[in-house]
Amino acid sequence: MICLGIEGTAHSIGVGVVENVSGKCKVLSNMIKIYRPKKGGIHPREAANHHALYIADLLKESVSKAQVDFSEVDLISFSKGPGLGPCLRTAATAARALSLSLNRPIIGVNHCVAHLEIGRGTLDDCKDPVLLYTSGANTQVIAFAEGRYRVFGETLDIGIGNCLDKFGRTVGLDFPCGPQIEKLASKGKKYLELPYSIKGMDIAFSGLLTAAEQYYKKNESLEDICYSMQETTFAALTEVTERAMAHTEKDEVLLGGGVASNRRLCDMVQTMAHDRDARFFVPSKDLCIDNGAMIAWLGVLMYNSGIRMKVENSFIDQRFRTDMVDVSWHD
Amino acid sequence: MTKKNIIYRGAEAEICIAKYKGFKAIQKKRIPKSYRIKHIDDRLISLRTKEEAKLITEARQSGVAVPIIYDVDLKNGIITMEYLDGKRIKDVLNDLSEEERDSICTKIGESIARFHNNDIIHGDITTSNMILSNEQVHFIDFGLGEKNNEIEAKGVDLHVLMEAIESTHSQYSSCFDYVLEEYKKVLKDDANLVIKKIQEIVKRGRYR
Repeated sequence: MICLGIEGTAHSIGVGVVENVSGKCKVLSNMIKIYRPKKGGIHPREAANHHALYIADLLKESVSKAQVDFSEVDLISFSKGPGLGPCLRTAATAARALSLSLNRPIIGVNHCVAHLEIGRGTLDDCKDPVLLYTSGANTQVIAFAEGRYRVFGETLDIGIGNCLDKFGRTVGLDFPCGPQIEKLASKGKKYLELPYSIKGMDIAFSGLLTAAEQYYKKNESLEDICYSMQETTFAALTEVTERAMAHTEKDEVLLGGGVASNRRLCDMVQTMAHDRDARFFVPSKDLCIDNGAMIAWLGVLMYNSGIRMKVENSFIDQRFRTDMVDVSWHD
Repeated sequence: MTKKNIIYRGAEAEICIAKYKGFKAIQKKRIPKSYRIKHIDDRLISLRTKEEAKLITEARQSGVAVPIIYDVDLKNGIITMEYLDGKRIKDVLNDLSEEERDSICTKIGESIARFHNNDIIHGDITTSNMILSNEQVHFIDFGLGEKNNEIEAKGVDLHVLMEAIESTHSQYSSCFDYVLEEYKKVLKDDANLVIKKIQEIVKRGRYR
């Protein structure tokens, strides 16, 4: 089965084509176009306009790169949510148009679950992981339990990427700020005390953000602040992930989301996994960030487990929670 | 005091059986984590060990069943405490009769209200952190706790339990209602303010 997936939850519009090869995901193509605001954060309408402008070309490019014909596509999948309404609607509209014109079934999928499934689908031996999903908007620790992907811990205020971006904006870095903060942090030497806020398996970043901004106002070196922010937030993320692993008694950990491309975060989680004899997995960078291939792959899993959707019911859901999805395809 | 065998390895600490002046005892040792820098590691271990010993003692004074503290070693992050013979609520709750389950949840609600009355926040109220021993629900692991009189803190404390029940005992989600029912009766302040806070925290979570 060949499935085309359209991702459009936030700043990225992506089209991926995947093939189901005896239960594993073969990515045939995965094209992404990222909206980068000139100033400030993501404006939902501007991002949606960006997506509308590029989606048609992306569809053609992605299908041609996959070396398939539109007629060979068996299923159209799209990101149903969670995300920004205008962006979701743009991606869903493209999916509906494609589904109707090609006369192929359509299926809307949960973006957060897709981040987990692409790891299971593309990485050998990644079977039942605890996912640390870290992106701009989302910070969740997710694992399979009692028929669903349950959220064992999550941010109580802002996502980790959002925390880094907000700090980056205050000090004049461009969006997305994570990679630049990572570079600055690698030159930091002095640890500046920052709030370390964990409640059970949940986590909070807004106090740390304020404290970091205060250090900047007091003229502490930017390198040291970035270093301290990374060390503190990533240690807390690693800790909640470990707590979820202990709680669920799972011995696999998977990273997902844009912040997973940060070397330091990977190192910390990998060290934690090693110390507790667990296996560590991280998909390639293009499958960690928001992308169409993961949407396509989750579409395949859901379709194969018998889930069907009609075009007239292919609504988007801005507040589509991870634990709302009945997971009938997982043993 | 001799260290014997490790009976449980949690996310942040090892629990082993030891002897303290002839008594069978439990030692909780916080393990240094190699993934985080020493500065953060030392700070967290020493702070959490001290805070936990203090909170367990205060919880006992509030009339909550907790292990008796025998000794505290801040430098090595070790608390030596009473050995409790029993089972984790997490492991027994799903197998109990409805009546027993309700009665356990009522006891849980009563205990939480008692320590909240003294502004003790547990910080990690899950069913793994409660031990059923001598028909009493003992609370363990105050490692993420704090003293805090704010409604917000009490709401977050209960919200952790709500999530734990939803994820680990999803077929018995009414358990949390029994917890709240007794909590309301025992809490000195207006418990409805705390319950309203829980609802607010749920909505504050992403995509609710």
